[in-house]
Amino acid sequence: MTLRRSATQAAGAVMRRDLLLAFRRPGDWLQPLAFFLIVTLLFPLALDPELGRLRQLAPAALWVALMLASMLALDFLFREDAQDGTLEQFALSGQPFAALLLAKTATHWILTGLPLAMVAPLAAVSLGAPASSIPMVLVTLLLGSVSLSLIGAIGAGLTLGVRRGGALLSLLVLPLAIPTLVFGARATQLAIMGESAEGPLYLLAALVVLGLTLAPLAAAAAVRISLE
Amino acid sequence: MSWAWFHRFGSPPYFYRVAGILVPWFAWPAAILIFVGLTWGLVIAPPDRLQSDAYRIIFVHVPNSWLSLMSYSAMAIAAAVGLIWRIKVGHAVAAAIAPAGATFTAVSLLTGMLWGQPMWGTYWAWDPRIVFELIMLFFFLGYIALRNAIDDVSRADRSSAVLAIVGAVNVPIVHYSVIWWNSLHQAPSVLRVNGPSMPLAMLAPLLVSFLGFTCYFFAVMLVRARAEVLRRERGGDWIREAVAGST
Amino acid sequence: MSEFLHMSGYAFYVFTAYAIGIASLLLNVWWARRNLTLAKESARRRLAMRDVAS
Repeated sequence: MTLRRSATQAAGAVMRRDLLLAFRRPGDWLQPLAFFLIVTLLFPLALDPELGRLRQLAPAALWVALMLASMLALDFLFREDAQDGTLEQFALSGQPFAALLLAKTATHWILTGLPLAMVAPLAAVSLGAPASSIPMVLVTLLLGSVSLSLIGAIGAGLTLGVRRGGALLSLLVLPLAIPTLVFGARATQLAIMGESAEGPLYLLAALVVLGLTLAPLAAAAAVRISLE
Repeated sequence: MSWAWFHRFGSPPYFYRVAGILVPWFAWPAAILIFVGLTWGLVIAPPDRLQSDAYRIIFVHVPNSWLSLMSYSAMAIAAAVGLIWRIKVGHAVAAAIAPAGATFTAVSLLTGMLWGQPMWGTYWAWDPRIVFELIMLFFFLGYIALRNAIDDVSRADRSSAVLAIVGAVNVPIVHYSVIWWNSLHQAPSVLRVNGPSMPLAMLAPLLVSFLGFTCYFFAVMLVRARAEVLRRERGGDWIREAVAGST
Repeated sequence: MSEFLHMSGYAFYVFTAYAIGIASLLLNVWWARRNLTLAKESARRRLAMRDVAS
């Protein structure tokens, strides 16, 4: 069929629509943010709030909070559109399905992952990280949140419409996300300790690239199967 | 090369019948080889220079580890066959492998812990190979959980197939993790470019045991696969004959 | 014989490991066969229902 719009235009339309809808339901994307802040707050309360000791814990606390908040946020990635039939329309539209899903994932990241990463430096400082480490903390968590969104899209596609899909989603996504966690947390840790984080950072970036190229394809296959 | 045999195996009644015939041909060799291999390793093989008798755990630990990787790979391939060529028998085989694969992985981790205490002085260590094997266990469990959560068999088959294929990336990571990272685990001593570095007196019972476990894998997989094939059949008079009168 | 049971002090580790290994083998055999029996039964029931319906 001849399409009236190119794939890029279609993807852009999807992104605009999703952003518009999201601003009408701020709860969806504000909740993961609040959750992230609360979880990072728990650590100094559960331990001794001495900043020197907290600093050693900061990378772990940031990354665990990021992963948990991301699992929470993935709930609304496909749910609404699957229920009202929009996803089916996307699949039937003749546009490359993986591209449209990548557009949805990108918007979802802008609403959830990006704010989390922007807020992370605040949380990091509250956990004793030196101000000089802030830029690198920001970069590692930005990359990490992108990777988590991409992998999460696969899990969200597989568990669409499954009862108690939220818990199952976490069980499926967290093992896949472990390499991201390992390299990302290591990079954040090196940054907070004041050392060069180059090695793990490049590996983390490589994982992001791998995710960008392959995850939308897997997610598209998963969603197609779930829609039937 | 004729692909006729490939498609013939894809026919449920053919597969059901042939699998039933093959099972004892794998089951009996499995029982004998495992018994011989384990007894040989436990009793006859000489004690190790460094670890004396504690090393004998390898005759249980190593075959389970190898089989956990092989099972996952086989499961991913079967799932891919089912997904790409739409052959239901492929999905049946993948579903059949999962429980055994999970068990091999769990036993590998548990026996590894029992070996770790005398060898490294600790039951557990966050060592790359152990971590990735643990992740493998989560992949198996996630696969089984996804299957159980979806009621429609066809969708369960295909969704879990996507999951199995995505998780297949973990298999080479487990094998190469001991080379890429500084690890408590020793570097590969059997699957090496220069050939095995283990003395023959220890290698032989290990290989016998491994062969036995492999036959066991096929036997158990074929039994389960027959059950899975039965579950996926809606019509067909072949079922009538297949289940009539037998227990 | 007692030397064998002693396993130069590692008896607990070695024998427990072997016990776990063998137990898992037996468990999977039992489980797989039970699975097949159940599948055959439910296939028979499905056939019986179809026969009644037709």
